[in-house]
Amino acid sequence: MPEPPVFASQYVSIPHRDHSAELGMWVFIATEILLFGGLILAYFVYRHAFPQAFAEGSQHTDILIGTINTAVLLTSSFLVAWAVEIFSAATAKIVTWLLVGAACLGLAFIALKGIEYRKEYHEHLIPGIDFQLARPLANGVQLFFVFYLIATAIHAVHMLIGICLLLTLAIISRRAPTTRHHTALHSAALYWHFVDVVWIFLFALIYLPGRAAS
Amino acid sequence: MSEKNYLTTDYTLRSWLLTTDHKRIAILYFASLIFFFFIGGAAATAIRIELATPQADLVSSDIYNRLFTMHGIIMVWFFLIPSIPNTLGNFMVPLMIGARDLAFPRLNLMSWYIFMLGGCTALFAILAGGIDTGWTFYTPFSSLYSNSYVIVAAAGVFIAGFSSILTGLNFIVTIHRLRAPGLTWYRLPLFLWSLYATSVILVLATPVLAITLLLMATERFFGVGIFDPRIGGDPLLFQHLFWFYSHPAVYIMILPGMGVINELISCFSRKPVFGYKFVAWASLAIAGVGFLVWGHHMFVSGQSLIASLVFSFTSFIVAVPSAIKVFNWTATLHKGSLRFDAPMLYALAFIGLFTIGGLTGLFLACLAFDVHATDTYFVVAHFHYIMVGGMVTAYFGGLHYWWPKITGRLYSEYWARTAAILIFFGFNLTFFPQFILGAEGMPRRYHVYPPEFQVWNVLSSGGAVILAVAYLMPLVYLGYSAFFGARAPANPWNAPGLEWQTSSPPPEENFATQPVVTREPYQYNEAFEAEPQNA
Amino acid sequence: MWRDWIPFWRPGLSPQSGDVDLLFAGLLIASALVLGLLFFLLILFCVRYRAGNEIDRGHRTSKSWHWEVSWTAASFVCFLGLFVWGASVYFEMYKTPTDELVVFVVAKQWMWKTQHAGGQSEIDALHLPVKRPVRLVMASQDVIHSFFIPALRLKHDVVPGRYQDIEIEIDRPGHYHLFCAEYCGTEHSGMIGEIVAMDPADYSHWLTQQAPASPLADEGGALFRQLGCSGCHGNGSQVRAPPLEGLYGKPVPLSDGSTVIADDKYIRDSILLPRSQIVASYQPLMPSFEGKVTEDQLLRLVVYIKSLAGRPS
Repeated sequence: MPEPPVFASQYVSIPHRDHSAELGMWVFIATEILLFGGLILAYFVYRHAFPQAFAEGSQHTDILIGTINTAVLLTSSFLVAWAVEIFSAATAKIVTWLLVGAACLGLAFIALKGIEYRKEYHEHLIPGIDFQLARPLANGVQLFFVFYLIATAIHAVHMLIGICLLLTLAIISRRAPTTRHHTALHSAALYWHFVDVVWIFLFALIYLPGRAAS
Repeated sequence: MSEKNYLTTDYTLRSWLLTTDHKRIAILYFASLIFFFFIGGAAATAIRIELATPQADLVSSDIYNRLFTMHGIIMVWFFLIPSIPNTLGNFMVPLMIGARDLAFPRLNLMSWYIFMLGGCTALFAILAGGIDTGWTFYTPFSSLYSNSYVIVAAAGVFIAGFSSILTGLNFIVTIHRLRAPGLTWYRLPLFLWSLYATSVILVLATPVLAITLLLMATERFFGVGIFDPRIGGDPLLFQHLFWFYSHPAVYIMILPGMGVINELISCFSRKPVFGYKFVAWASLAIAGVGFLVWGHHMFVSGQSLIASLVFSFTSFIVAVPSAIKVFNWTATLHKGSLRFDAPMLYALAFIGLFTIGGLTGLFLACLAFDVHATDTYFVVAHFHYIMVGGMVTAYFGGLHYWWPKITGRLYSEYWARTAAILIFFGFNLTFFPQFILGAEGMPRRYHVYPPEFQVWNVLSSGGAVILAVAYLMPLVYLGYSAFFGARAPANPWNAPGLEWQTSSPPPEENFATQPVVTREPYQYNEAFEAEPQNA
Repeated sequence: MWRDWIPFWRPGLSPQSGDVDLLFAGLLIASALVLGLLFFLLILFCVRYRAGNEIDRGHRTSKSWHWEVSWTAASFVCFLGLFVWGASVYFEMYKTPTDELVVFVVAKQWMWKTQHAGGQSEIDALHLPVKRPVRLVMASQDVIHSFFIPALRLKHDVVPGRYQDIEIEIDRPGHYHLFCAEYCGTEHSGMIGEIVAMDPADYSHWLTQQAPASPLADEGGALFRQLGCSGCHGNGSQVRAPPLEGLYGKPVPLSDGSTVIADDKYIRDSILLPRSQIVASYQPLMPSFEGKVTEDQLLRLVVYIKSLAGRPS
């Protein structure tokens, strides 16, 4: 791969720079884990306090869209992993299309999520805006939906950032790709997989309670 | 001075605002932090003047509540947390490890912009009408009852949090990856160990604050949320999440101060720091155990007695590494050759004040006494001994120590010593009476108070005036020296650290040639003292 | 006058506050010793080893396992001792209250409303008999407050959405401060009151002097009918609801197989969140009264249901 002769002067070599970038992304992911960790802790506190209400709340979510979204996101992660694997000057075109594909799947995820939000809005399940549910479990279900909306919204923001990253990289890698771009892609892929893993946790927490028995 | 240094490479505003040089970014932080420090300090002065009499005479209750909230928010998030890491740390980390820059210079600049965005958002909240929740944002008051700019202020803190995270991330990667050849972990100056421990906390605790404030702000925005007791939400969960960040944040504030003290004590005793490895690991122990003590803020909140027991125990445990540090610093003085330049005066003041703060921390970790003392002036006095007596003193000490390196100028030693002594006395006069007030039972955040508390309050307010004047002094003589002071040599203190091996102020690329480290830090032995230093 | 300025010179006035004062004295002495030693060493070293002083500086040590281990172990043992001491007094202070004399405290922005079982209510004041344990049941109408009596060295937060109870006992008659210690908004510093401790005879006299009020239990009974509770829980009703007579203080089997004791918290939760704990073999039919009753009314209902404890079911 052609490499520009200069790299930032604080590094002694290209691998030195690239490994530092990767370490940076891992540290960032540690931060992100704690961000979602705080939220998920709150979830478990309330699920422990209101088990029936959380099971009830989960029944009101759309597991079909949730499952399709999981599949969409896993496929998109696969495409990104594939792109990282085959990245080279010769495969620039394929890499570009793989990244565009992954980004499109990400957008599809967001679109499906939007449909799901709309459906919930029509079912009066949005706390603070329009929430109507027969008591007695209304309070707990409301807590469940507060968590659901905040968690999925934060996740969606992460998705949007990821999509922008993937599209930017897709555009860059059309031109002569370098090891620098490979590192960037590698870090972006770490981030994208992380967002994917978060979704798998959210999926289990949001869609599955109370469904095992039915 | 024909050679170009980092200050003289370019004079345009653009070259400052778009710089990726860690030294210039440190200067940008200096300027911003001085600004925030004096805003927070002005609020503190107003509070103390108001409290000189038991009645309300200067301001109304609403204004008073906004003043102490503003003082807390500005001082915690826009001064103390970024103070040493983002100024002295930003400047010194690459120099002390023999690197050209931090690992991610553009990220470093971005973190300053994010910080300023957060700061301006918080300032906007203050100017728009203020916020009256206290810096702790306790729900449901903040989310459902307060009539002030809570969301805007929380947004400011939220944004500034990203700046902290990016700085921490940058330091971790830099210290891991960019150390000069031969600079093993046990050859790192202890300042870097403590900044490393600080960075770990910044990276792992700040996101929890972010999510907590986000949950609080959504609850306020939509009128219903996860801490809302009306739908079964638990306000104590907010406190748990908040203190999970905010207690480690106390260590974010004090650890860099402890780090600076190592450099000062060793330099002005002409001796290596006693028990280097213990002091180094004590920093990491504080960072680690510091994550397990948050519940000691909640001994009277109604959390389970067992939880209180556990948190009281861990709070005593986290005091052990702090005690280790104090003992090691004292042992460092033994058989040293002590010089009492201004930085050393600050360092000695730090040891005394930090120890008083730490010991009274034990009072508060002690369950039965905390029931009486929590939420009183005893707590206020305790954390000001740590934060102001400890951290701000260390900050001033470090600032004086590295001032010749940063600006290339020497300050007036006479005025520096006078200011140091005045700060010490002003500080004690301000905050020691508050221990007594707290023990007497005066609750904190009281605008008016029963008249029997007045005597100690008057003393405290008098001290605050002295302290305010003393804090203005360095602004004058350091400001003067930055432009008119005598030129500083490369190594005015005759110290062995890598940062002193380059010229003062350092060139843009820090070192002309890549330094190589061949020995332990703090080698103030006879051989070193005999060596001619490149003055 | 100068004695008033010395903290804790006026000794605490409850059975536990003496222990707290002793603990405080212990902490002060321990700290004074540590500080004394530290300052002695600092000053000694600063004088002896000042730069110009010609003194033996040979045999420097830069590390010593002996010293490190000794002072680490010494700090640890001291801290452990203080921890155990503090914790044992704490458990004594916050022991489960006995049920002798109950007073209800409702905190709201920015006042303390206290209510005696006989229905006498006070604002920002609380009259109590001396030398008798009193159980305070506290609830908040809005934000978090904190009930703080410095003279008793006692404090407890009052968190909305739950009951907190503590036991207090005052040894000597007198007037004492009551503070709100948790910041609660504009007039936080005005949320102060007075604890008036009286001899039992004076206290009884005071109770009778108060404006005639119906006992809380009676008011609760009226509310019970007014809110329609009696429609289901009353005798001879068509709906099958658990009887409340003889309920208080007894174990209740729940539909999920567990058992709870029917205490204040259980009754409160059952009114507000009826379906979180369903009594075994009953249908979850009861509507929630969340938002339909104030804390004052809730207290009265709880007291009423409590008063049914003696009656046969």
